[in-house]
Amino acid sequence: MSATPTLWNITRRSLAKDLRLEWRSKDAINSMLFFALLVVVIFSFGFDPTAEESRRIAGGLLWVAVLFATVVALNQTWTRELRNQVLDAYRLSPAPPQALFLSKTIGNFLFVAILEVLMVPLFVVFYNLRSVGPVWQLLVVALLATWALVVNGTFFAALSIRTRSREIMLPLILFPISIPALLAMVDATTSILTGDNSPYFWMRLLAVYDVVFTAVSLLLFEPVLNAE
Amino acid sequence: MTKLYKALTAITALLLVYGFYQAWYVAPMEATMGNVQRIFYYHLPSAWVAFLLFFVNFLASVWYLIRRTDGADALALASAEVGVSFCTIVLLTGPIWARPIWGIWWTWDARLTSTLVLWLIYVSYLVLRHYATGGQVPVLAAALGIFGFVDVPIVYMAIRWFRTQHPQPVIGGGQGSGLDPAMWVAVLWNLAAFAMLAVLFVWARYRQALAERALEEAYIQAEGEAR
Repeated sequence: MSATPTLWNITRRSLAKDLRLEWRSKDAINSMLFFALLVVVIFSFGFDPTAEESRRIAGGLLWVAVLFATVVALNQTWTRELRNQVLDAYRLSPAPPQALFLSKTIGNFLFVAILEVLMVPLFVVFYNLRSVGPVWQLLVVALLATWALVVNGTFFAALSIRTRSREIMLPLILFPISIPALLAMVDATTSILTGDNSPYFWMRLLAVYDVVFTAVSLLLFEPVLNAE
Repeated sequence: MTKLYKALTAITALLLVYGFYQAWYVAPMEATMGNVQRIFYYHLPSAWVAFLLFFVNFLASVWYLIRRTDGADALALASAEVGVSFCTIVLLTGPIWARPIWGIWWTWDARLTSTLVLWLIYVSYLVLRHYATGGQVPVLAAALGIFGFVDVPIVYMAIRWFRTQHPQPVIGGGQGSGLDPAMWVAVLWNLAAFAMLAVLFVWARYRQALAERALEEAYIQAEGEAR
């Protein structure tokens, strides 16, 4: 345990702690999964799609379902640290705040990625999906899109824990900012599924979005963590 | 209120009246749209003023995080509130014009959509300010203000691509391209009037925000002394 306290080391330790807690309680992943399942079922009542039609709308449905489920997980990210003043202890420690932010973001990324892995088969079954475009592109879009949702989401969850009615606050500030990312992930997915258009512009836009907001979050996390 | 404020109020009132005169009596009648086009003299200045105020909000947010002055935070709050008001005027006057000219209230055209998204972003900023409690509000708001402004170019790119890829539902973009010189005069007068009006509102709101803060601090101090 005598590793030097570098950014990466602290990030890893903090991430390992979060994953261990989640492994034991399974709070986030269970509620996310059940929530996403409900959304998929309810959507299918609303749209009743044929295979041809479902290719065109599945991208939108999938990402809206993931977005809602992500909010469920994100709301639990920081509340755990409020109990027993863990967050205050972290503030007093010399550990870099960016390490805390990175570990939370990577943790949420893993949760949402697991959710997607479990949800995609559901979509394929319920909506009779078959992709016209190459599947590896869908994988790249999923990775970029998940990071886009999670990096801003983790940051805004840290903002909203200091507010009244914090559960409702998070989507109110997360959704407007995420509109370009949502547009990009939905259109990229639809382009690949239908094979009508090239998804490359949207993939590039997602990459730009990821880089820009990761940088801004890392820059601004310290003042937000220490705000008071 | 200071003498300067009163003087500026008088000038703004004169500018608004003169801008109205220019827009309704001097600017020529648009050939195909008729009088409906004259709403443009309010629509465009409001849009420019709103965008400018969102930029001011960004600068004030950055300044607050660097220097932590109450003034920077008050300016960020004032510019966001007044900016959202002007942006609301843009979003209201647009459909009023679009209905008789395009035959529809709204279309998901690039410019309309990006203005709507911009409005949503800054409304969420005001919502955060409203719901956040205690002394950390300025920091949280400043962070969100910076996020919002950084998002603007990405929103613009995404929506432009989104719209160029799909067919345009309505013909009739590019109205600013062929503007008559006489119409430009009316636009500029109204722009001056609206910019002055925005300065007045922001100034008043800024002073009010600072006064609120001073009052809160006085209360806290009085409570401390009472104990």
